[in-house]
Amino acid sequence: MLRQIEGSRAVAEAVALSRPEVICAYPISPQTHIVEGLGELVKTGALSPCEFVNVESEFAAMSVAIGASAAGARAYTATASQGLLFMAEAVYNASGLGLPIVMTVANRAIGAPINIWNDHSDSMSQRDCGWIQLFAAHNQEALDLHIQAFKLAEELSMPVMVCMDGFILTHAYERVDMPTQEQVDAFLPPYVPRQVLDPAEPVSIGAMVGPEAFMEVRYLAHARQTLALERIPQIAAEFAERFGRHTGGLVRGYHLDDAETVVVALGSVIGTLRDTVEALRQDGLKLGVLGIQSFRPFPLAAVRDALQGARRVVVLEKSFSVGLGGVVSTDVRLALSGLPLHGYTVVAGLGGRAITQASLAQMLREAVADRLPPLSFLDLDQRMVERQLAREAAHRRSGPVAENLLRDVGTMASRVR
Amino acid sequence: MTQPLKFYQTGTFTVGNRLLAPELRSVQASAERSNALNSGHRACQGCGEALGARYVVDAAMRATRGQLIAANATGCLEVFSTPYPETSWQLPWIHSLFGNAAAVGTGIAAALKVQARKAGRAAPEVRVIAQGGDGGTTDIGFGCLSGMFERNDDVLYVCYDNEAYMNTGVQRSSATPPAARTATTMAVGEAPGAAFGQGKNLPLIAMAHEIPYVATATVADLRDLEAKVERAMALRGARYLHVLVPCPLGWGAASHDTIRLARLARETGLFPEFEAEHGQVTAVTRIRRRLPVEDYLRPQKRFAHLFGPDGDPDTLARIQARADRNIARFGLLEAPGS
Repeated sequence: MLRQIEGSRAVAEAVALSRPEVICAYPISPQTHIVEGLGELVKTGALSPCEFVNVESEFAAMSVAIGASAAGARAYTATASQGLLFMAEAVYNASGLGLPIVMTVANRAIGAPINIWNDHSDSMSQRDCGWIQLFAAHNQEALDLHIQAFKLAEELSMPVMVCMDGFILTHAYERVDMPTQEQVDAFLPPYVPRQVLDPAEPVSIGAMVGPEAFMEVRYLAHARQTLALERIPQIAAEFAERFGRHTGGLVRGYHLDDAETVVVALGSVIGTLRDTVEALRQDGLKLGVLGIQSFRPFPLAAVRDALQGARRVVVLEKSFSVGLGGVVSTDVRLALSGLPLHGYTVVAGLGGRAITQASLAQMLREAVADRLPPLSFLDLDQRMVERQLAREAAHRRSGPVAENLLRDVGTMASRVR
Repeated sequence: MTQPLKFYQTGTFTVGNRLLAPELRSVQASAERSNALNSGHRACQGCGEALGARYVVDAAMRATRGQLIAANATGCLEVFSTPYPETSWQLPWIHSLFGNAAAVGTGIAAALKVQARKAGRAAPEVRVIAQGGDGGTTDIGFGCLSGMFERNDDVLYVCYDNEAYMNTGVQRSSATPPAARTATTMAVGEAPGAAFGQGKNLPLIAMAHEIPYVATATVADLRDLEAKVERAMALRGARYLHVLVPCPLGWGAASHDTIRLARLARETGLFPEFEAEHGQVTAVTRIRRRLPVEDYLRPQKRFAHLFGPDGDPDTLARIQARADRNIARFGLLEAPGS
């Protein structure tokens, strides 16, 4: 059924249609509306039987999900930003134990300075945690990916993180097609655990493993992610067949046939990029877009296939490895190794800075002219940076950076008055 | 006979089961016991925690007719019981992390609740215990434990308290008693050992949550410990059992003194044994023959600096004052009914 609803509500209802049995919730912006929606659905009995546990931290949220999943329940939680970092130890543990928990990450920046707005620093910080990481480009995809995620997680017995841009998607009211319970039930079978805490057949889960077998356990996790590279497109195809729309999968390209310059990106910015590229193509610029839906496992072959006809690649990313540059770029470069391509990394939208079509268009014109530096920052205020650098050079006790910059742009002053 | 038999262990190893009818004997005396923590594990000789865990889990297994799942914190108990590729556990058991055993227990209990509802039962048949050492309970696992308490989740949490981080090499925890030497509270300087005026009393903190049941026990009194586990498993909701388990390695004590030290901890008043329901103390185990704290401290090398050539009467007096305070606070000397 077509509905005009908030992204968070769409996800909450999609999760509910997936019949989770234990949901653990700890509030953090911009994830709150998702768990609020689910709490209501459980409280009214619309989602039943299901236990909704209000936990005391994200660390507990993931830990409760671990216990529930190991006891044979379909378990779900959602978080963002600091919350994901606070639960990091349990995030690694869930994948190490091979528990098919599904978690939404409403992507948000990480402090300090504290910032509630969108970028991809949070989920990227858990890049190597052993979870499958899927990125939604729009709200319909966010909705659909959750249903696909439960199927994928449970088939492979490994956890799946569905990443959706905080506020940009979670708080946006968009039209979505909400499937029926019958459709979801036909697509997603009940959870049959590979391992379960059952007095009838006692097992020890989480035993200590030393050098004798630790590497094998890790390798098996990698082997399962490699298998996921095959299953993700298959599940997306099966989903398309049943629900009549193509969402998920490994990668999705636009105008790749004739594109000389391809922009690679994850998440909601793909929409802005497509619009920008359409406009620039009117001017004869041969541009294309490659959206990555599956960041872990990283589809090396699919990315290489999609990009090998291009002359240059711009990786536009909302995350930043301080001291190196792009996070996604590193993986894209690996996919392209040996190909004669110019590669550019453009870091954009950190901490929620708007990524405008005007800025993208200007950046892409520079890229096409090969005038971009290897690493650049979209709409970076160079004057602000230089003023702070000068301050630090002049005074030992130059003070807190964030406060200085806010004073420079007038935010602090206006608040004090 | 209407008067129940009362067993006192008086320095011998007599448990007294031979005097009882078979149905009144302890779980440990029964050939039918589950042996939930089976032999072959790697605990040190004289390990109080291995003993305590076997007593507790066997009693809980009997109380639930084997319908039990355990969540375990990282620590000695986890390490010595599950060296790859072996396990000593004869029940479904999960180890996740150091600080989350209570939350994992909550998750298991939540899953069981849903499964019971699907099967048309009011409450799950399968019950949950979560267990850890004092570090995993009073320090790193405290947040998850308090959360489990306040939500009144149907989990019995058992803390095996050996008063320091023994698994990592005897470092101080918030359960380490004052003056005790650990690797991070060395017996040097002006105030050797752990500081006075620090540390947490977790049983009292648990009581402040007004949960259905809180009890303390030691490995010295098997029947008392089993009875408390049985009582805990007869109740639903969050329950907490704090068991003092001497550690020969960390305490610098002889491995054959584990039971004796646990008994001395109670008889000196340093470790009050009591039960509480919904925040109210309902029973205390009275001291049978009061002993000075020195009797408990002297056999332990972690307190050796109190008994050097010059001695340390001031510190001993401060420790004695702690014991006296416990005795007054819990009425450990009063006659029953007074």
